[in-house]
Amino acid sequence: MHEEMTLTKLILGRLSWEAIPYHEPILIGTFSMVALGALAVLGAITKFKLWGPLWRDWITSIDHKKIGIMYMIFGLIMLLRGFADAVMMRAQQVLSFGDSTGFLPPHHYDQVFTAHGVIMIFFVAMPLVTGFMNYVVPLQIGARDVAFPFLNNFSFWMSVFGGMLTMASLFVGEFARTGWLAYPPLSGILASPDVGVDYYIWSLQIAGVGTLLSGVNLIVTIVKMRAPGMSLMKMPVFTWTALCTNVLIVAAFPVLTAVLGMLSIDRMFGTNFFTNDFGGNAMMYVNLIWIWGHPEVYILVLPVFGIFSEVVSTFCSKRLFGYTSMVYATVVITILSYLVWLHHFFTMGSGASVNSFFGITTMIISIPTGAKIFNWLFTMYHGRIRYELPMMWTVAFMVTFVIGGMTGVLLAVPPADFVLHNSLFLIAHFHNVIIGGVLFGLFAGINFWFPKAFGYKLDEFWGKVSFWCWVPGFYLAFMPLYVLGLMGVTRRMSHFEDPSLRIWFIIAALGAALIAVGVAAMLIQFFVSFLRRKELRDVTGDPWGGRTLEWSTSSPPPDYNFAFTPRVHDNDAWADMKKAGYTRPLKDFLAIHMPKNTGAGFIISAISFVVGFCLIWQMWLLAVVSFVALVVAVIVHTFNYKRDYYIPAADVTRTEEARTRLLESHV
Amino acid sequence: MSNTTATDVSSRFFVREHHPENGTLLGFWLYLMSDCLIFACLFATYAVLGRNYAGGPSGAELFDLPLVALNTSLLLLSSITYGFAMLEMQKKNLRLVLIWLAVTGLLGCGFIYLELYEFVHLIHEGAGPQRSGFLTSFFALVGTHGLHVSFGIVWLVTLMFQLKKHGLTPENKRRLMCLSMFWHFLDVVWIGVFTFVYLMGVLP
Repeated sequence: MHEEMTLTKLILGRLSWEAIPYHEPILIGTFSMVALGALAVLGAITKFKLWGPLWRDWITSIDHKKIGIMYMIFGLIMLLRGFADAVMMRAQQVLSFGDSTGFLPPHHYDQVFTAHGVIMIFFVAMPLVTGFMNYVVPLQIGARDVAFPFLNNFSFWMSVFGGMLTMASLFVGEFARTGWLAYPPLSGILASPDVGVDYYIWSLQIAGVGTLLSGVNLIVTIVKMRAPGMSLMKMPVFTWTALCTNVLIVAAFPVLTAVLGMLSIDRMFGTNFFTNDFGGNAMMYVNLIWIWGHPEVYILVLPVFGIFSEVVSTFCSKRLFGYTSMVYATVVITILSYLVWLHHFFTMGSGASVNSFFGITTMIISIPTGAKIFNWLFTMYHGRIRYELPMMWTVAFMVTFVIGGMTGVLLAVPPADFVLHNSLFLIAHFHNVIIGGVLFGLFAGINFWFPKAFGYKLDEFWGKVSFWCWVPGFYLAFMPLYVLGLMGVTRRMSHFEDPSLRIWFIIAALGAALIAVGVAAMLIQFFVSFLRRKELRDVTGDPWGGRTLEWSTSSPPPDYNFAFTPRVHDNDAWADMKKAGYTRPLKDFLAIHMPKNTGAGFIISAISFVVGFCLIWQMWLLAVVSFVALVVAVIVHTFNYKRDYYIPAADVTRTEEARTRLLESHV
Repeated sequence: MSNTTATDVSSRFFVREHHPENGTLLGFWLYLMSDCLIFACLFATYAVLGRNYAGGPSGAELFDLPLVALNTSLLLLSSITYGFAMLEMQKKNLRLVLIWLAVTGLLGCGFIYLELYEFVHLIHEGAGPQRSGFLTSFFALVGTHGLHVSFGIVWLVTLMFQLKKHGLTPENKRRLMCLSMFWHFLDVVWIGVFTFVYLMGVLP
């Protein structure tokens, strides 16, 4: 009997029927919805015989454009999950006053706010930002793909399977109840003995590998594969910000890997990195995770600054004001972002001089950011501004982000921070910069580059509905939190006693409801645009009067991006080409060397998911087996030496002639 | 520009030859630097926790310097033999490349063996990683390095098979260069470990 038990334990580890939350109606409801949705999608794929094309053209694709689109889809799907968490929190905080305890027990509420943070940062903002960089950067620099196309596919699938591990925690076991950075000792084995923190750790470790490799990939792409003539100071600003972001990724994510690794060793083997006794030091964790965490903020926001720069110069029909200062501001932010991490825990007690140093560096970092805002304003000054959707989001960003930036500078003052630390003021501040900065920028980017990726513009009416719900909705949802924060309300509370606070939570919930309409309008926008795709079609490849090279190709671009590699003479290469009376080459096409699709990235990532799952549940036997399988799969992949092929010149000619006919028929 | 013909304009804007894309070495170098940061975190953690003995043994009581010195020399020697393999690669002598790689791998195995011996010995003495903050960070730093060397050996063996199968093709040369950087990088890290952990650890 005893032996049998240990055998079950060896195979199943901590996993048992009790891990399935069938007694929680909310989760059962969610699960049935997800299961029904999944069945419908799988059924549709089978019915329309799409499995083959899906595998050949998408899952195994190493085309940077398709991977970019897949990143965007992944990010938007996860946005729905993260937003559902937000709505639940807003509803709970409205309902749970006095005698009422609301509908979420603390045990569940704590998982919801942790999952909300983790998902929004790692599986919404990161994939969306990475998706843009993947899609746009090679096109902007006149390249045919990224430097390591296979690695790109692998990175994507690692991110997805990391996200799936987080999602799995919803239905098998539970997620961390620690807040999105899982500080020890709360996340240690004594305070959190269940699988929640392990899900957190392994989701992020798996996704982190993907992020790091995609960072390496894009740096090499930008450094090595720019079209002839494109010197560093002739790169489009978005490419510049992408370069800085990826430098930050490569310099920051290893720290996250290391610190989460240490936490998992503490939890698995009872070691003493961050424990309270035996010489551990929990503040080491807090320091290390913020050495990753602060650059992460800039990893998200820098590419978005790039998007705004492209949008502003395009929709004002003039060259970006202060290109050089823009580049220098980006680089200065990149460097300074490593010198401010301690402002996240002024209350640690490091003493006045340390706190002053980090307070001052934090204030300094707002200077280059302010310079950028002025550059955009001066670009608009005397520009011929067209208020299309991307430009609307940009203006909303400039107003909102300035407010968020100023509350940030308030928090940078250590004595003020002692009062505001961990209050809803802080929550309001970082949502102010992440939604008002990152998310608005991503929406600007989606509306801006959608026609390039799919060949038709997005529907303007529903885009405006979404905009007018999102922006006031944001203010309604987060301005009350500033007030509550100043009143002393701390974050992560599932219940309140003081009824005078309630009105502010009600206003915030109304804001969240308005945002929900905005999210729905955006989904409708995609759907309506798809239905109206013939009317909205972009035949020129340059629907906005663009200035950079991606607008010189067709929409959507051919597999090889450019039939001939462009030669660059000016920062706004495409604007320069148009002005100089460039003509498309119409003949003498050559065969094009391209990388070949492979399923290895998907397979290796899927095995990583299994390894992660086994480690979380301590199924040691399966963990060893799947780890060996992982190593073998990697080795087998290295024996594949046939990784490229040529697109024959005839095919290139056919594609280009089709475009010529299309352009002629729409003159 | 008004008097130029269409072909002139096009030649101003396009290159017909394929432009080279050889970023592997830069990419691998970047990966190494990211790996270096993982070690930096472990070093920093050791710097913070390295004297937290929690009433347990200190480095001065535990470290067997002659053994570690032997271990160090094995690893340094393996870097030299890898260098010989690279020289033979330049001379296109596949057989000698394979021999030097085998020697490198064996030295690496010797290093791992001695490290495991040391670890087992420490754990038997009751100085396992759970004993104190010092020992936790010690095992983490040295163990992570050891794991890297072990993966290096797996890679080396794989590469030897690939060399046997395909010879010194450009791809294989590139892979040899990458592994070379990886191997020397681990050597450099070890010098840090040897100095910072062992030599400074035995100081009173």
